[in-house]
Amino acid sequence: MGELLQMKKYNSKSAMQKFDFLLLACSVVLFAAIQAGFSMDLIGSFWKLNIILICINIIMSASLNLINGYTGQFSLGHAGFMAVGAYVSVILTTNFGAPLIAGMVLGGACAAFLGCLIGLPTLRLNGDYLAIATLGLGEIIRIVIMNIEYVGGAAGFTGIPHLTTFPWVFVTMIVTLFFIKNFVNSTHGRACIAVRENEIAAAAMGINITRYKVMAFTIGAAFAGIGGALFAHCFYIINPSSFTFMQSFNFLIMVVMGGLGSLTGSIAGAFVVTALSAALASWPEFRMIIYALALIFLMFYRPQGLFGYVELTAYAPFNKLKFLNKEGGQK
Amino acid sequence: MDFATLFVQQLINGVSLGSIYALIALGYTMIYGIIKLINFAHGDIYMVGAYVGFFAITMMRTSVFPALIISMIITGILGILVERFAYKPLRHAPRLSVLITAIGMSFFLEYGMMYFVSPTPRTFPAAFESSGISLGSFVVNGQQLLIFAITIILMALLTYIVQKTKIGKAMRAVSFDTETAQLMGIDANRVISVTFALGSALAAAAGVLVGIYYNSIDPLMGMMPGIKAFVAAVLGGIGSLPGAMTGGIILGVIEALVSGFISSTFRDAAAFAILILVLLFKPSGLFGTDTQEKV
Amino acid sequence: MEPLLKATRVNEMFGGLKAVSNFNLHIDPGELVGLIGPNGAGKTTAFNLFTGVYQPTEGQIEFLGKSIVGLKPHQITQRGIARTFQNIRLFAELSVLDNVKIAFHFHVRYGLAEAVMRIGRYYSEEQRIENEAMKLLKIFKLDSLAEETAKNLPYGAQRRLEIARALAASPKLLLLDEPAAGMNPQETQELMDMIHWIRDQFGLTILLIEHDMSLVMGICERIYVLEYGEIIAQGTPAEIQHNPEVIRAYLGGEA
Repeated sequence: MGELLQMKKYNSKSAMQKFDFLLLACSVVLFAAIQAGFSMDLIGSFWKLNIILICINIIMSASLNLINGYTGQFSLGHAGFMAVGAYVSVILTTNFGAPLIAGMVLGGACAAFLGCLIGLPTLRLNGDYLAIATLGLGEIIRIVIMNIEYVGGAAGFTGIPHLTTFPWVFVTMIVTLFFIKNFVNSTHGRACIAVRENEIAAAAMGINITRYKVMAFTIGAAFAGIGGALFAHCFYIINPSSFTFMQSFNFLIMVVMGGLGSLTGSIAGAFVVTALSAALASWPEFRMIIYALALIFLMFYRPQGLFGYVELTAYAPFNKLKFLNKEGGQK
Repeated sequence: MDFATLFVQQLINGVSLGSIYALIALGYTMIYGIIKLINFAHGDIYMVGAYVGFFAITMMRTSVFPALIISMIITGILGILVERFAYKPLRHAPRLSVLITAIGMSFFLEYGMMYFVSPTPRTFPAAFESSGISLGSFVVNGQQLLIFAITIILMALLTYIVQKTKIGKAMRAVSFDTETAQLMGIDANRVISVTFALGSALAAAAGVLVGIYYNSIDPLMGMMPGIKAFVAAVLGGIGSLPGAMTGGIILGVIEALVSGFISSTFRDAAAFAILILVLLFKPSGLFGTDTQEKV
Repeated sequence: MEPLLKATRVNEMFGGLKAVSNFNLHIDPGELVGLIGPNGAGKTTAFNLFTGVYQPTEGQIEFLGKSIVGLKPHQITQRGIARTFQNIRLFAELSVLDNVKIAFHFHVRYGLAEAVMRIGRYYSEEQRIENEAMKLLKIFKLDSLAEETAKNLPYGAQRRLEIARALAASPKLLLLDEPAAGMNPQETQELMDMIHWIRDQFGLTILLIEHDMSLVMGICERIYVLEYGEIIAQGTPAEIQHNPEVIRAYLGGEA
């Protein structure tokens, strides 16, 4: 929604396109800088993996934010959709030799299908009931996978080709962010936001509430599936214990810390949480205690997260870019 | 073992597991009834209860019953502190903010405990020796008898407190309508504290009993039973005390039967499937009608 | 002339309680009709029945000659009935402009693919609805507040925004639930003029609930009086003012 507010300042076609172009240009610069860091060995393999994980987690948190933040439907089952994408894609690439993109597409599609199937009945529930139901569904997905011998059961699926590379995750991340940004700034995204703000008023404005809840849930699940596909191909082995509700909580922490209803927030949240996890890898308890206290104090003093809802205009998400955009306009 | 024997044996195991769920579910249901919060940290309160019991038995050399009482008192106080510190400041905040805080509190207890006692599981001392009884070809072992006995006593005690005492009546009043209860001169904060204390003490008892039953405790032991107990509370009808008791027992029995006849790996899935079916088709649960007494 | 909205023998029961009983009402195209009655008479319940928030226990409700019983609220809005709420229901955290833009939802002509790839009609449609939204805001003197968050508006402006938003759904019939509640006499007077003006300007039919008798008597062409869920009188303002039933029931104390 912050982006939505911000659009006002760029709501002519040329200004919107200029803004998009600048976002893309910055992404290219960032990409080139990181890629250069890799090739000049400035970034070691530990941080290389973590940069890839940050990108994947941005995909996960942005897609969860679409459901939880923009549409206001509190889901705790995101890891389940991630698992579906991961397993579908590794079957394709490992057992059938398909390329990664095929795995991502089919993994995302299967997760989306499941999201739609689950969303239709479940999204009638409200608030904390929806949260606990989606948590349960995510766990059911995981337990079902754990009982399929074909994918290795509890022991995990081994022999996955290492197909996830930095360019793949980076490009996918940018596509995801643009997709969600454009979605929330369209009439469809506004319908989702209206559902979050006031369901009765949204319906009175001609918005089919169920349709948009399910739409957001399905799109969110699709990107979670794609994120899962990328995640799986970072490792030689995946197993169902990577997709427990703790993982869903992890994405929730990113979204809540960064800010509900803010893509910038999701990026920041994913970055902070992943980097912190990496930095504190040797002290896992300590890391979780920090998250715990951060969540609690955030709810006391800043329940909307670092970025979030209205504050976003002031704490402009693309502050730098806004500045660049002004410069661009002066030329 | 033939089918009937296995069935009855699983039934016995199910009821003992279900008693544990029921004890935890009571706390969930009381807390939900009174402040409309799914207290995600409740399962971790149960874990703390198990550890307090463990240290009472191993370090203070007490026997089972004093350990149980010590654990219930200390954990009850912990429950009050958790509410005062984490939930009370958010009394008027959106419910999802409180839910997120509860998730945070859950992490805090889990990993805070892990920090102090290390993640490795501890072997709970075999503090309760009893040969148990055998009924024909089934066995009810001593630990199971202990679980049944303690559960029945605690439930009777809770029912007495809620039904007959002044504080119990205040709890029911606050649960029914907090604002009106306050207008009638009831100190809602005190009632909420008492509710957390009672709920936490019951969870602590469940923790100690589980330690005795399974002989092993660890800092993350509360995660699954916590969520399962919530399922039990929903199944019975959230806010209803008899509902939580029945829901717990039913859930325990279903899980035991699924483990015994299908596969133990589907045990958790069965619980979640029940949760979703109940939420979708009968969100008020078994006992959660409007006329049902709520606490 | 066929009535635009027609309710025939509508009953609505809540548990054992009759909220609305044997309710008959018809509104012709272009009319400005008032629905008055003491508190708890069932006025808002009637609105909720017309907009699909509640379903009638018995009876028929027709809009443009077709039954709307059983339709969901958004379907009814799409057929051409829009409403405001007695207890204001704006999209509180969104800007004034976005509140109105959302209500154009059903009339936006681009698909999901066009939206996420920003191709096809995306830009032109966004521009169109923004222009139209600004036009509506201007009518309601809210254009200078377009960027303001809705919850920060003064009360009267929030009420006006609700009407602007309802108009954005391009209704044929507009239901206004106590539009002047909480307004001072001067604001009420301005609002009366505005309601009259938008009726003519947009070719609307309006049904409004109001407590403020001066507003109802001043602008409505026809009035229904509701008491205990039943219509006890209907007619022109002059007729209503002199109807003994109404004087007894509604103006009882003053008679």
